[in-house]
Amino acid sequence: MRDAVSAVIPIRAVPARSKYDFEAQLRRNGIDLPPLSVDTLQVNITKLCNQVCRHCHVDASPQRKEMLSPEGVEKCLEILGRHPQITKLDITGGAPELHPGFDALVERAVALGKHVMVRHNLTVQLDGNPQTGEGKEYLPQFFASNRVEVISSLPYHQEYFTDAQRGAGVFKKSMQAMRRLNAEGYGVQGSSLALNLVYNPVGPYLPAAQAGLEADYKRELKSKFGLVFNKLYTITNMPINRFRLHLDKSGQYESYMDKLLAAFNPAAATGVMCRSLISVGHDGRIYDCDYNQMLELRAAGADGRPAGIFDFDIEQLLKRRIRFGEHCLGCTAGAGSSCGGATV
Amino acid sequence: MSNYYESEDLKKFGDIGRHAKALADDFFRYYGNVTGTDGALSKREKALIALAVAHAQKCPYCIDAYTTQCLETGSNPEQMMEAVHVAAVMQAGITLVHSVQMQNHLGKMVL
Repeated sequence: MRDAVSAVIPIRAVPARSKYDFEAQLRRNGIDLPPLSVDTLQVNITKLCNQVCRHCHVDASPQRKEMLSPEGVEKCLEILGRHPQITKLDITGGAPELHPGFDALVERAVALGKHVMVRHNLTVQLDGNPQTGEGKEYLPQFFASNRVEVISSLPYHQEYFTDAQRGAGVFKKSMQAMRRLNAEGYGVQGSSLALNLVYNPVGPYLPAAQAGLEADYKRELKSKFGLVFNKLYTITNMPINRFRLHLDKSGQYESYMDKLLAAFNPAAATGVMCRSLISVGHDGRIYDCDYNQMLELRAAGADGRPAGIFDFDIEQLLKRRIRFGEHCLGCTAGAGSSCGGATV
Repeated sequence: MSNYYESEDLKKFGDIGRHAKALADDFFRYYGNVTGTDGALSKREKALIALAVAHAQKCPYCIDAYTTQCLETGSNPEQMMEAVHVAAVMQAGITLVHSVQMQNHLGKMVL
C-alpha cells in the first residue's frame, strides 16, 4: 500500500536519515498509530501574513498569495454540513483573517453548529492587510459575536523573546490587541469567550512544562499589563521550512534532532493530533497535519488515492495510514506537542 | 587545531564511567535525582543554581548545558543573568570578607 501511495503522490519529504527514522522509533517502542477519528477539520486558507516570524513552518509572509478558492471554501462548508462527526473547524494560515472569504466561512460554520477556532496572530488587528491596506480592527467584535475560540501566538510574556521570534514591535502590538480582545470579554472570568495563547521556544530547545509557564504568563501579563487569557498551549518548534533553515545555517540541526529523539515519549506519541484531525491546504489537498502540508506529504485514503476536499471520503480517510517523517519527532518529544499544546 | 573544552566533548560526559563504571553509575543516579526532579526546589530553581555555580566554577560545558536547561525549565534571560550576578557577588564578597583576616593580621603587625 505504501508503494501505491508513493507512486501517485509527488513526495518532497525530508530525506530520511536512519538515525531519526520516526517509524523505526515507533516500531522499537511497539507503537502503531492508526487514525482514531476525524473530529477536526483544520483548513489553512492562506499563506499571506502581516508578519514574518523566524520559526514559521508555513513560510508565511506579506508577499505570499496562496488562497483557498471560493469553490474550496464552499466545499469545506459542505463537508462540515455532511459530517456531524466533524465537530470543530480550525482556521489557520498565514493570518487567516486576510482571506477575503474568512468572515463568511466563520459565520456559516457557526451556523452549522460547529465549534470554530481561529489561529489569530493578534497584530493583524492593527496591521491590517499588507497587500490591500484593508483594516482589521473589527476582528475582536466579529470573533465575539460569532463566539469563536481565539488561539494566539505569544512566544513569551516579555518583549525580548517575542520580538526576537516575531519581529520588532510585535510584543507591544500584541499587548494592545489582547487588550481589545479582553474588552470584548475574551479570557475574562465568567465569560465563555476563550482566548488561548501559544508558547513556542525561541530557538532549538524544548518548551518548559505547560502548567508552570501558564502560571508565569498569567501572573506577569496581569500584573504588568492588566491582561487575562484562558489557557497556554506549549508547542515545540518543528524542524521544517524556516526553522529548519535556521538550524542548518547555524549548524544545530543534528543537535536539535538528537534532543527530540532523546526526549521521545511513547505516551506523547499515542496522543499525536494527526489521529483525530485532517489538514486542508489552500489547493484543497488533504494532509495528516499542517506540518505534512508544508512538506507536501499528501494524505492518501486506504485505497491509495490522494485525498482532497473535492472527492472527500471520510471512510477512506479513517482507514488511511498516517504519513510520518523525521519531523514527527517534534510532536512526540517530552510532554508532546500539538495544535492544542502538550499532549501528556 | 586541538583545543581544551571542545563543545562536542559535552556529549562524552557519560564516558567518565569507562574505568570506574560503578562509581560513575552512582554519580549519575545522584546527579539525576538532584537536578532532574522537582523536589523542595523546582527544576527551574535548581537549573538557576546550577547556572550560577557553572559560572563561579568557570565550566564552559556546564554553562552551555545549564543555559539550555534554564530555558527548558521556563527561565528568562533576566532571571538567568541575575543568577550569574549572585555568583559574581558571592565571589566578590568571599574575596572582600577575607580582608577581615588581613585587618586582623594588620592589627598585629602595626604598633
